[in-house]
Amino acid sequence: MKKMMTGNHAAAYGAMLSRVEVIAAYPITPQTQVAEKLAELCAQGKLNAKYVTVESEYSAMGYCIGASTGGARTFTASSSQGLVFMQEMIHWAGGSRLPIVMVVVNRGLCSPWTVGADQTDSLSQRDTGWLQFYCESNQEILDTVIQSYKIAEQILLPVMVIYEGFYLSHTVEIVNLPDIELVDSYLPKYEPQYKMDLENPATFGSIAGPDHYFRFRYEIQKAMEESKEIIKKAVKEYEMIFGRKSDLVEDYYCDDAEVILVVSGSISGTSRLVVDKLRKEGKKVGMVKIKMFRPFPKEEIRKILRNAEKIAVIDRNISFGHGGIFCQEVKSVLNQGKTKGSPLVYGYIAGIGGVDITYQLIEKVIDYTYNEEPPKDDIIWAGLTYEGQVHEYGFKEGKIFQD
Amino acid sequence: MNMALKKERYSKTELLFVSNAACPGCASVLGLRQILKALEYNVMMIVGAGCVGGYTGSYPYTILKIPALHSSMAGGPSIGAGLKAALDAKGNVDTTVFVWAGDGCTCDIGLAALSGAAERNEDILYVCYDNEAYMNTGGQRSSATPWGATTQSTPKENFESKFKKDITEIMASHRIPYAANVSVAYPEDLILKIKKAKSIRGTKFIHLLCPCVTGWSYPSQYTIKLARLAVECKIFPIYEVENGVKYTINIHPKGTDIREYLKLQGRFKHLSKEQIEFLQNHVEEEWRLLGKKVEWSHSL
Repeated sequence: MKKMMTGNHAAAYGAMLSRVEVIAAYPITPQTQVAEKLAELCAQGKLNAKYVTVESEYSAMGYCIGASTGGARTFTASSSQGLVFMQEMIHWAGGSRLPIVMVVVNRGLCSPWTVGADQTDSLSQRDTGWLQFYCESNQEILDTVIQSYKIAEQILLPVMVIYEGFYLSHTVEIVNLPDIELVDSYLPKYEPQYKMDLENPATFGSIAGPDHYFRFRYEIQKAMEESKEIIKKAVKEYEMIFGRKSDLVEDYYCDDAEVILVVSGSISGTSRLVVDKLRKEGKKVGMVKIKMFRPFPKEEIRKILRNAEKIAVIDRNISFGHGGIFCQEVKSVLNQGKTKGSPLVYGYIAGIGGVDITYQLIEKVIDYTYNEEPPKDDIIWAGLTYEGQVHEYGFKEGKIFQD
Repeated sequence: MNMALKKERYSKTELLFVSNAACPGCASVLGLRQILKALEYNVMMIVGAGCVGGYTGSYPYTILKIPALHSSMAGGPSIGAGLKAALDAKGNVDTTVFVWAGDGCTCDIGLAALSGAAERNEDILYVCYDNEAYMNTGGQRSSATPWGATTQSTPKENFESKFKKDITEIMASHRIPYAANVSVAYPEDLILKIKKAKSIRGTKFIHLLCPCVTGWSYPSQYTIKLARLAVECKIFPIYEVENGVKYTINIHPKGTDIREYLKLQGRFKHLSKEQIEFLQNHVEEEWRLLGKKVEWSHSL
């Protein structure tokens, strides 16, 4: 059934179709409608789940941890301040190996206040033992929520399904809602491998000595590595049942590309259009969309990027003191003696705080990558203006580069 | 109340293995043993961060014979409520979810989470083992530290100058079905109250005063004596509040001079005669107010 809906509602329907049993949430813009929709679906009896509005995000994740350890399929959603407020519990869930699925709607962190999109909130949680999928469309959000339970419950690690606030959360698109019976055949009832059980009493999460702690950490990393095959299988199976393909790393015209654009999330669609146009003009341009950020698809990225001359990474996020986070991660898998070439990597920061990343801006990014060698700085500020002036190491759409 | 321990009330069930890592004379582990005797097997436990996280054993060992889940300092109420939600979802409505956390978890860092759980009337039994400071980190003050006490963060030159946070009243004012104070020196009262709490749906809050050998600085043989003196001196009244309004004093104290209680403990050694008098007056005033609440609740 096709329906017009926002990204937030797509996320909520994804949870409903996954037949989640316990939902705990606390409202925060721009996540709010995910929780509201689920409250409505539960109240109307369309979803048989315990829905609770807790007093904080901290308790939302705590509630999910308790419920998941009790053997229930659990769901929550948050953004920005909420996400970092629950951070202790996010680590806890990862360390506890609980298959919780959380939707994260990207929003810039305070201070100062903003509600605009910025992926730094979810990326700052990258070391918590959660898988991270960055979505491009409302359809992808819904599909990814369902796939995430399939994945999480096999590898016993929690999953974040992530998309940018307002660009997807509040934008209406056509979404194909699969039949719930079909989803049931893909995602059967949750039968936990481990849970709190009176018949088989065990203590969960007690103190671990150094050797055990070390081993548990190793096992999380091992599960992350092993999850790659499970993820591929889950996505493939989804494609076979529902007919929708979802690349964990999308290779768009990269085979013979001289310049490859690396993007994530909502700007992927715009980037594809830019590549199409430039290809028509005879420019050898390609694009990589990174959907799966944890586990990081090292081999795939290495393979796709190694023959290019230049790489342009656009980051709607920043790790202060270093640069764009996707850019760092991409660089980390290149030039390690395992690649043939060593493409020059250009790091662009754009769209922070919800600034629009337009078609023209992306075109400019590619132009700059082609023409400027080496880049003026480690970070090129795309679209940043300062007192009306373009940044020294940046440019703005519609203007010529500064020299 | 009949002080004789009635056999039928004191179950032979032991849900703790004999060996544990608590300090000798620890009231918390003793209280836990008594509580589990009252709860019997149909219970799942949330272990708050603190002393209990240590004394229940480290992986792969545990002293607990029941399913248990360790939590963060502030996580107990929500993790417990979430677990209960999962049990409900699976059709298990009988199992008691028992949260066991210290005064730091309860009165300080986890108070918002506990208030949230109480406001939603989550079906959990939350027991605070109150040793009146952050004892597992070496004994720093918490909001449950009483006036006059020294701790590692309130040395005698600057001893605790705030009165103890009245957590039982805070919880009762949420109008939860049951809130009560209990003591390890009165196990029959404790067991009856835990059994009563177990039979009630909704949030139950139990406040257990736990003398702490290392933190209060006294010889370990005085744990029960101090627990009893705290009650007899009216410092820690044994009472219960049903639905936030029905107050009952369960054990009527003798009214022993608080000096008997203070003098056994190193943490009050520095107090002058005037300061002890000040504290005695405060205790009397609090007791008087509690009496007024009992009167008021009878007048309703």
